[in-house]
Amino acid sequence: MSYNFAYLDEQTKRMIRRAILKAVAIPGYQVPFGSREMPLSYGWGTGGVQVTASVIGPADVLKVIDQGADDTTNAVSIRAFFARTTGVATTTRTEEATLIQTRHRIPETPLRPGQIVVFQVPIPEPLRWLEPREVETRKMHALEEYGVMYVRLYEDITRHGRVAQTYEYPVLVNGRYLMRPSPIPKFDNPKLDRCPALLLFGAGREKRIYAVPPWTAVKSLDFDDHPFEVEHWDRPCGLCGARGVFLDELIVDDKGGRLFICSDTDYCSRRQASGPGPEPRR
Amino acid sequence: MSAPSEERPLLGVRGLAKRYGAHVGCLDVGFDLWPGEVLGIVGESGSGKTTVLNCLSGRVAADGGRVTYVTAGGAPVDMLGLDESARRRLLRSEWGVVHQHPRDGLRMGVSAGANVGERLMALGARHYGRVRGQALDWLARVEIDQDRIDDLPETFSGGMLQRLQIARNLVTAPRLVLMDEPTGGLDVSVQARLLDLLRGLVEDLGLSAVIVTHDLAVARLLAHRLLVMRGGEIVEAGLTDQVLDDPQHPYAQLLVSSVLQP
Repeated sequence: MSYNFAYLDEQTKRMIRRAILKAVAIPGYQVPFGSREMPLSYGWGTGGVQVTASVIGPADVLKVIDQGADDTTNAVSIRAFFARTTGVATTTRTEEATLIQTRHRIPETPLRPGQIVVFQVPIPEPLRWLEPREVETRKMHALEEYGVMYVRLYEDITRHGRVAQTYEYPVLVNGRYLMRPSPIPKFDNPKLDRCPALLLFGAGREKRIYAVPPWTAVKSLDFDDHPFEVEHWDRPCGLCGARGVFLDELIVDDKGGRLFICSDTDYCSRRQASGPGPEPRR
Repeated sequence: MSAPSEERPLLGVRGLAKRYGAHVGCLDVGFDLWPGEVLGIVGESGSGKTTVLNCLSGRVAADGGRVTYVTAGGAPVDMLGLDESARRRLLRSEWGVVHQHPRDGLRMGVSAGANVGERLMALGARHYGRVRGQALDWLARVEIDQDRIDDLPETFSGGMLQRLQIARNLVTAPRLVLMDEPTGGLDVSVQARLLDLLRGLVEDLGLSAVIVTHDLAVARLLAHRLLVMRGGEIVEAGLTDQVLDDPQHPYAQLLVSSVLQP
């Protein structure tokens, strides 16, 4: 017995593609879809996998990232899954990929037109922890009532002197819909703005798909006197020497020795191999 | 007492009705509220006072009647027929709703300053320093120590919570405030201070207000005019002193004579 191309049956793919088309037509709007049971557990990327399965074609070149890395369990498994069910070529190189499924990061290498990035989203609703009722949050989106999100930012500044939210930092898409940009670090938020690639977000458990079409304006929420800022590190990557990239902290021995290295393994390893690669887009 | 000076009432209510199944919430309620006027609605529990207030604010959908409100722009709008987005916008900008239990009207999980600033930010304020400045100003006006701006409402007393709720509503300078038992559950000395404060604010800001209360002393102090309700209907209406000193309807007479004299 063999599976259909990309595991999902064609009817399901059509249903998901319709949701994706609607999501692209209304940037940032969460489109409900009939999420399927997938051969991996919720929280491991069931939404992203379904979106990828619906848009992937035999000519695609697939890259899968988990927390910036191409070689972690989740990334390896999902890549192997699609290699087996579609036979498409896979790569770790950002610029070679036509389709990138990612968890928690946007690659340091600038994206280009024609690429599709699929994000795995655990909780799609940006207002969820502020308003528990789904009926009410939908109404708030419909009526553009986003004042309460500013209450949260106000509270952060009051307590911490700055907005303490460091990941899934809320953004306004195309001047209209408030969006939760999956759990990417806020460091990656500027890469969402007028991104040349198509960005698709899939939440399997919550059964929502949303999208940022290429070149769409994406603004991180802030106050006039407390503008949005990204993280900075006072040292370069300990392996490749890159600056202005997102760094992970590693404990390297039992004496408290620490090493800061690029979270994007593709970017880092190629810089180590061949000297400085393309500069990160800021 | 300020005499109504403008020609048009701010709020006109005609034939307002609400049923809860077979039970009558309110029936054929009609009144006018003039700019700068404070209207009290009194009556026993279950007489339909709060139902009227909830129908006005749209928290409960009325079954029939007309509610006409004249906006700051001067245009009369039909509140019951208004689409939800416009109604919610009006409620955020030109109206204020003070709940009987401050916990219903406040966000208990965020600081006092954020509570006061929420309406400003909902209306588009995007400058942290200015929002905070206005919150400080309003805390002072409702006699809450400005040092408490960053404290959670959880740590406030009942009277402070009610004053915080009032500040949260008045910060955007609404034209009409609906209050449901604003002094309910407070001890008498705290009540007296709150009433003083409310009276001052209403006069300073030229607010129009509808105040629902079962407490005739509160009505006497705050309201210019009174409606007495029973069984969902208005049984008597008139100037406050007139209604309280010379009630005509048997129920109004009973209500006035039931007040304990210390």
